[in-house]
Amino acid sequence: MNYITKKTISDSKTLKRMIARLSHEILEKSEGIEDLCIIGIRTRGEFIAKRIAQKIGDIEDTELPAGILDVVMYRDDFRDRNELPRLKGTDIPFDVDNKKVILVDDVIYTGRTVRAALDAITDLGRPSSIKLAVLIDRGHREMPIMPDFVGKNFSTATEEEIQVKIEEIDGEDRILLKEAEKK
Amino acid sequence: MSLSINNLFGLEGVPKEDINQIFDTAFSFREVLEREVKKVPTLKGITIVNLFFEPSTRTKNSFALAEKRLSADTVNFSASSSSLKKGESLKDTVQNLCAMKLDVVVMRHSVPGSVRMLSKFVDAVVINAGDGTHEHPTQALLDMMSLKEKFGKIEDLNIAIIGDIKHSRVARSNIYGLKTMGANIKICGPPTFMPADVEALGVDYTYDIDEALNFADAVNVLRIQKERQGSGLLPSMREYRQEFGLTKERMNNLENKVTILHPGPMNRQIEIDSEVADGENSIILEQVLNGVAIRMAVLFLLSGNR
Repeated sequence: MNYITKKTISDSKTLKRMIARLSHEILEKSEGIEDLCIIGIRTRGEFIAKRIAQKIGDIEDTELPAGILDVVMYRDDFRDRNELPRLKGTDIPFDVDNKKVILVDDVIYTGRTVRAALDAITDLGRPSSIKLAVLIDRGHREMPIMPDFVGKNFSTATEEEIQVKIEEIDGEDRILLKEAEKK
Repeated sequence: MSLSINNLFGLEGVPKEDINQIFDTAFSFREVLEREVKKVPTLKGITIVNLFFEPSTRTKNSFALAEKRLSADTVNFSASSSSLKKGESLKDTVQNLCAMKLDVVVMRHSVPGSVRMLSKFVDAVVINAGDGTHEHPTQALLDMMSLKEKFGKIEDLNIAIIGDIKHSRVARSNIYGLKTMGANIKICGPPTFMPADVEALGVDYTYDIDEALNFADAVNVLRIQKERQGSGLLPSMREYRQEFGLTKERMNNLENKVTILHPGPMNRQIEIDSEVADGENSIILEQVLNGVAIRMAVLFLLSGNR
């Protein structure tokens, strides 16, 4: 299916502010950075997590542990997908036991990716808590999952798509609202 | 991204992109194998039958472990305790098994081409775990993965394969795979162990082990099948060791450092000395761990293609 761009939700400036605000909120709610770590879900979440970790690190003048989670092994739609998502692997270079984990993704939609991510993290150990941060909450949840930190709530129709573009992958920072092309 | 192949009969004709994707996926599964909890729910609800018509320890256990690590359901079947003894044909046996709604069949059989034939009458993904003297693709994939881990690449590596090339499915699969990945290959063994189609395989060959070792960044040492003694193809074990064995003395005299692979099971002090097999340049045990990861990757990628 082809998608055409309807509008820009955030440009690079507002995206930067969004990440800064999320970082401050996380820091404030976490009551200190002790045991705090940031884990991003591949692919876009990885880079957003890195930026949040960087930002919090800058504010607190320290380095925050950051990791990458690949949830492909834990998805529940393995049999239904025509295209298999490419497995790139989890890279979490620290122990998650007794950590305060902030899980980061670009967009929350059905909640199924987060469900898979929770299973993936709990297979690695037992964090003392897991909280969820996303740039965009677009609604339409199919599971009882709510993000703790949201960059922007943005109601969408199911035939629409949110595309988060990230400098490191897409060459620019931008969040777009897209719509399926009508035949 | 999915593989272009739907079954794994061999590495002949499998494109580079597929092999690279299998490696990438396998390295992700390696991470799982190094965790405290070595299990993921990826293939939950997928049923796999392991059909082994020939003895196997390593490959059979490696597949079994890979399937368990991926949470698949498995049925194990070995020829000795089955209705094949009562005269049932392979086709009937497998069709009956598949009527039980299986998703994947892993098969080892002594007849070359039997795995490809099987796929014609079953509606399941078919994976070759060794078919006679034809191919043993997962072994070659794990050999290449171990090379990639060691050297960071496969392209332009010089690889020697030493031993009974003619009867070795491991050699054949390695030759196809390594050629696709751009390695330079030299095969080496007694003339009686050279395949008749050595020119068609498109690889260099030599009867001189020192030439092969001087050429090689890594050497894959094949198992000498002792049962071939007395067939006229093989001199005595002592003579074989002198002429083609990776002896301690021979390796010590080498100027270059050569990485050692062996698909197992080893005949120590025949094709390889213990000091060499257990030495610092050996990656034989890494091969075993990578074997589980490679089989997880193949099972995952092919089951997902259905």
